[in-house]
Amino acid sequence: MGRILILVLNLVVIWLLLSGYFDKPLLLAFGAASVAFTTWLAVRARIIDNDSVPSGLFPGILGYWAWLIFEIGKANILVARQALAVEPKLSPKLFTVPNPPRSSVGKATFGNSITLTPGTVTIDVREEEILVHALTEELADVEAITAMGERVARAERRQT
Amino acid sequence: MSLDFIDWALVRDLLSWFLFLLGSAAVVIGALGIVRFPDFFSRLHGAGITDTAGAELIVFAMMLQAPNWIVLAKLIFIAAFFGLTSPVATHAIAHAAWMVGFKPMQGAALRYKGDEGE
Repeated sequence: MGRILILVLNLVVIWLLLSGYFDKPLLLAFGAASVAFTTWLAVRARIIDNDSVPSGLFPGILGYWAWLIFEIGKANILVARQALAVEPKLSPKLFTVPNPPRSSVGKATFGNSITLTPGTVTIDVREEEILVHALTEELADVEAITAMGERVARAERRQT
Repeated sequence: MSLDFIDWALVRDLLSWFLFLLGSAAVVIGALGIVRFPDFFSRLHGAGITDTAGAELIVFAMMLQAPNWIVLAKLIFIAAFFGLTSPVATHAIAHAAWMVGFKPMQGAALRYKGDEGE
């Protein structure tokens, strides 16, 4: 029930922000109707769970995103240096890191964070570990990536 | 102390131009990486610069130029969806290549594993 309420609130906010209509009753009624219809469809299809409405990740995930932006900036500089170097010193590497988040949303968030950080790409997501391809030895920092996964796990643990 | 002497429109323009140039440079560097890196998997990392720094910095620069908050809200949506969708696309390509048996080059010597019977 709580998830349905969160879904409705999110749909209302998205509709208002994307349309920008606040004082046209007819259009607002159409918006309310489309929100109600979408929610009814979602309930009827039984797709309201932690995958479609990942309320469990909030608010912990917000701090994680802010931290991630800085990590992406740092990794961007490292990879850009290799792309511009006269002789790039590459040593590509395949390795696995543990996948600590428990929910599938948490696992997907961790896998996407690895891909989003330049220099490392998630190649295969398994139940317990993630197969990662890294561009250089310096970027293939298993400890740093494991710490990132634990941050995601902590962010989702902050839920009730 | 009054800050009236600062032309805020000018400050905004300068900042957004700085971000536009930085983002464009990131796109060009990412393209260079795609051309210069040796194999399929390492080229994905070059594309990663274009996806993250390039796209996001240009959208941030556009946010500074937004004429009203509706445009700003839409740009924030665009930035968020870039961040959520581009890694999924990159992973889809990398995973597809891995599943069909494409093996990456490894080590500083840039050899394909199995070239010399391991």
